[in-house]
Amino acid sequence: MGSRNTLSHLAKPIVSGAGLALLSGCNRHQSALAPFGEDAAAIEHLTIVMVVGAVVIAIALALLMRWAVKSPEGSLTLISGERLIVILGAILPAVLLLGLLVYSLPQMRPHPVEAADLKIDVTGEQFWWRVRYAPPGGEPVISANAIRIPVGRTVLFRLTASDVVHSFWIPGLAGKMDMIPGRVNELPVKATKPGVYRGQCTEFCGLSHAWMAFEVVAMEPAAFDRWLAAERRPAKPIDGRGRALFASYGCGGCHAIGGTDQSGTVGPDLTHIAARRSIGAGALPVTQDALVRFIRASSEVKPGSRMPAFPQMSEGDARDIARYLGELR
Amino acid sequence: MIRKLHSHIGSLQATLWTLIVAPTTWAVHFLFSYLWAAVYCAKTGQFAEEPLVYWVGTGLALLVIAISGYIAVIQSRVPGDPAPHEHSTESDRLRFIAYSTMLLAGLSFIGVIFTAAPVLILEDCR
Repeated sequence: MGSRNTLSHLAKPIVSGAGLALLSGCNRHQSALAPFGEDAAAIEHLTIVMVVGAVVIAIALALLMRWAVKSPEGSLTLISGERLIVILGAILPAVLLLGLLVYSLPQMRPHPVEAADLKIDVTGEQFWWRVRYAPPGGEPVISANAIRIPVGRTVLFRLTASDVVHSFWIPGLAGKMDMIPGRVNELPVKATKPGVYRGQCTEFCGLSHAWMAFEVVAMEPAAFDRWLAAERRPAKPIDGRGRALFASYGCGGCHAIGGTDQSGTVGPDLTHIAARRSIGAGALPVTQDALVRFIRASSEVKPGSRMPAFPQMSEGDARDIARYLGELR
Repeated sequence: MIRKLHSHIGSLQATLWTLIVAPTTWAVHFLFSYLWAAVYCAKTGQFAEEPLVYWVGTGLALLVIAISGYIAVIQSRVPGDPAPHEHSTESDRLRFIAYSTMLLAGLSFIGVIFTAAPVLILEDCR
């Protein structure tokens, strides 16, 4: 009686918890079930075929077991029993598995990549993403923590890491690819639907692994070309107290801002930080308050981050720097 | 002609050595697949457009396994002692080893096809 009560008490939280977990799959922002790229669509299709196949086989097997248990002894002769085992136990599984293999293998072929395709180098760092666009015949463009790609064109991601193993995953675009120090892994993709999506590090890489994410913006090709041309230019030069403070606190030792003499390469490039959708690689929104908080105590937001805290910095100084950064569009 | 061949096969010895012909061929083909792809990709930098050597190697492996299986099928049907064939007599021993060889040949045949399919369908060095 007691155990039944415990069970019925547990049922509600279990059911609602499972329901919530299932509902979280409904977001179209970061979901392999809401593909916006050819590869993710192929993976989704393959998953559906495999799941349906597995369910059909499981039901058929259950029915066969039921028949085997229920039917009276002697329903089959020795020979027909052996034949049944050979057909259902050997030939049918071999044919089914071969069918699924031959069906799934062509979908694993990577996109052919031409020399004229856009290459994007992404380096995983604890706990952010160094991004370098290498358009064919053009100067590379440095960015961080956000990736924009043109719809309908093949893009080749060249993935590596600088410290530990990370993994690059944009669930709606393609499968996962590990980022390994000292090695470049290639991931060709093709987006099919414009929109704003999300990617996430999927190999545990340290304290702030869960805070290592990035926005992915899939754009129409013409808009992408315009954006890339604009991204190559520095943000409008702004002079003010914030800019001077940025220099005097030594922020440029780690961060670069195009068009200024701040050229550090240890941390993310901040040339167009205000045009991104988040700071700290998906940790906080781009607001003045969030910038102030991140500047003064980044490790409170991202434990294990290499950016030092600035407890000695006054709120006023932090606000001025945040205002300056907020203008870097 | 066929009957003569069958009676000749029936008189062949079936041993533990003949039993492992098919799985050994499967293992060698498995190694061959990796070596062929690695050497070809390393030497030319791209996957072969017509992997003739690989086709021939796979065909050869399947042929050896098929022959081993064919011999085993005939041997497992050699008339002898009455069923069940589980006594320690010469003919039951032959039937048992032949039947095992036949099953292993079937498994190895599928194994070789499953190994060859990715090589021939993926066509990629990455």
